[in-house]
Order: sequence, then C-alpha cells, then structure tokens
Amino acid sequence: MDRRTSLIVREVCRLIIPAVMLFALYVQFHGEYGPGGGFQAGVIFAAAVILYALVHGRQKAQQILPTNTVVRFIVAGILLYAGVGVTTMVMGGNFLDYDVLLHGHQQAQHLGIFLIELGVGITVGAVMIAIFYTLDEFSE
Amino acid sequence: MDIETIVNFSLLTMLALTVVVLIRMKSLLAIVLSSGVYSFLSAGLFVAMDAVDVAFTEAAVGAGITTVLLLAAISITGRRQTVSKHKRFLPLAVITITGAALIYGTLDMPPYGDPMAPIHTHVAPHYLTQSSEEIGIPNVVTSVLASYRGYDTLGEVAVIFTAAVGVLLLLGRTAKKGEHK
Repeated sequence: MDRRTSLIVREVCRLIIPAVMLFALYVQFHGEYGPGGGFQAGVIFAAAVILYALVHGRQKAQQILPTNTVVRFIVAGILLYAGVGVTTMVMGGNFLDYDVLLHGHQQAQHLGIFLIELGVGITVGAVMIAIFYTLDEFSE
Repeated sequence: MDIETIVNFSLLTMLALTVVVLIRMKSLLAIVLSSGVYSFLSAGLFVAMDAVDVAFTEAAVGAGITTVLLLAAISITGRRQTVSKHKRFLPLAVITITGAALIYGTLDMPPYGDPMAPIHTHVAPHYLTQSSEEIGIPNVVTSVLASYRGYDTLGEVAVIFTAAVGVLLLLGRTAKKGEHK
C-alpha cells in the first residue's frame, strides 16, 4: 500500500483515531457500569489501528506496533485471564473464584472482573490487528 | 401499532431485503459490503430488543472488523465469484429440507417475549435480582460474562486466540525460515 491517500482522509483520520482509542479505553474500563467490556473495547481499539494502517500503509503501523509485539499481546491477554484463575486456586479458592483475591466480597469481584476483562480486551484487540496484518501482508 | 412495532417491522423488512440482494449479487466486494449492512441492521434490531451489549458487539465486530477483514481476504482471492456449472437440484433439495426442518423446530419454541419461557424461569431471575448484591456492579451482562460464567468466557477468548493462531500459521510470514524482525 504505497499509494498516496488524500489530504482530507489523512487529516480526518488524524482527528478520529485518538478519539476512537480513547473511546475503546472508556468501553474497556466502564463495561461494569454501561454497555461494553473487553470484547468490544478490543475490537474498537483494533479498528483504530487498522484505520491508521489503511490510511498510512501497513508498514507505518507496524513501525509503531510491530507484528511480534502484537503476537506477544495476544498471548499476554489470555495468560492474564488464565493467570487470575490460577492465582485464585493458589490462594485457596476455586478456579476464577475472585473472592479469595481481596477481603471484601464485592471489592474482590470488582478486581477479578477488571483483570479478566482487561485480559479479554488485550487478546481480542491484538488478534484482530494480527489477522489484519497477516491478510494484508499475504495479499502483496 | 406502537412505535416499537413499526421500528421492528421496518428493520426486519430491510434485513430480508438485504438477504435477497445478497443472494442475487455476484461481486464479492458488493457482497462483503452488504453483509456489513446486514450486521448493522441486526445491531439496530438488538437495540430495539434492549440488548445493548449484543448490539454493541454486532456493530463493532459484524459491521466493522469483519467487513474490513473480509475485504482484506478478497484482496487475496479476487473480486468475482466463480459461477459453478453444476446442476443445482441437489443443493436446492438439501436447503429446502434443512429449512423445513428448522421451521418445524421453531414451532415448539415459546412465543417471542413469553415471560414464562424456560430461559426466563431458570437462572435468569436469580441473575437479575441478586447480581447487584452478589457481584456489586450495575451491568448484569458483565456480571454473568465475567463472574458467574467466567470459565465460559475464558473458553471464548481461547476460541479467538485459536483463530489468530490459525491465520498466523497458515498465512503468516514470520513462519518462514531466517526472517527475524
């Protein structure tokens, strides 16, 4: 993708992309109170990166977020999720039984949900970016 | 007719029209874009059903990311559908029988929105009434997804993980020898 993108498209994306990324973070960390959560946040964040890659070319996006880093994020997210489960087991509870994480019951649930939603968001976002990178690379 | 019925009817009509258009099209580019339209209309329907979390996912994944990924995929495979010259009677028969069986299956289902349907009388009342006390967060969908059914969600993430592993193994360039970035 070495064609020049029009000035208007580039400037509009310059405005949109930070807003989309901020919205992804909002959806990620506000999912307990409003609609949304890790799945949606991950996809929205990936959409921002993919939009950048569509406008400026995949190579530019990969300079900021290389494929290897994305692949590491895929693994990190799912490890965070499963890691919470293993941690609760080590601390004497059942797998993913958040109550053992903290003393207060609701605080523990909050922490557990926060962590696993973060894991979901990281993995989903990274998977979408990785699939896009791979398809785009293959089509060249 | 109240406003919600009108909205539901028009959304479902547009959904059906999109399907008819989709079936008749031969250009893969147009088909991918129309399936994006289909997803977006579904998202609208989910909003009308008050399922905002599902609508959100459908709009982001179905209409957004899937469209882009499929566009990237047809840039590999080509834009035109190859028209097969085989006889179409066998597929037609299979589809007719399967469709009839599915419609027959729906006859046993409880009516739309029936409060006494099994799905509304099993664990759902417990989640709706107790989750704010048991989990302490207002969004019941998140409570179910991340706490009551946390193990199932781990499985879902594993499915998405597997999708990435599959694509990277089949098409990824990093798999080639002597290319370390």
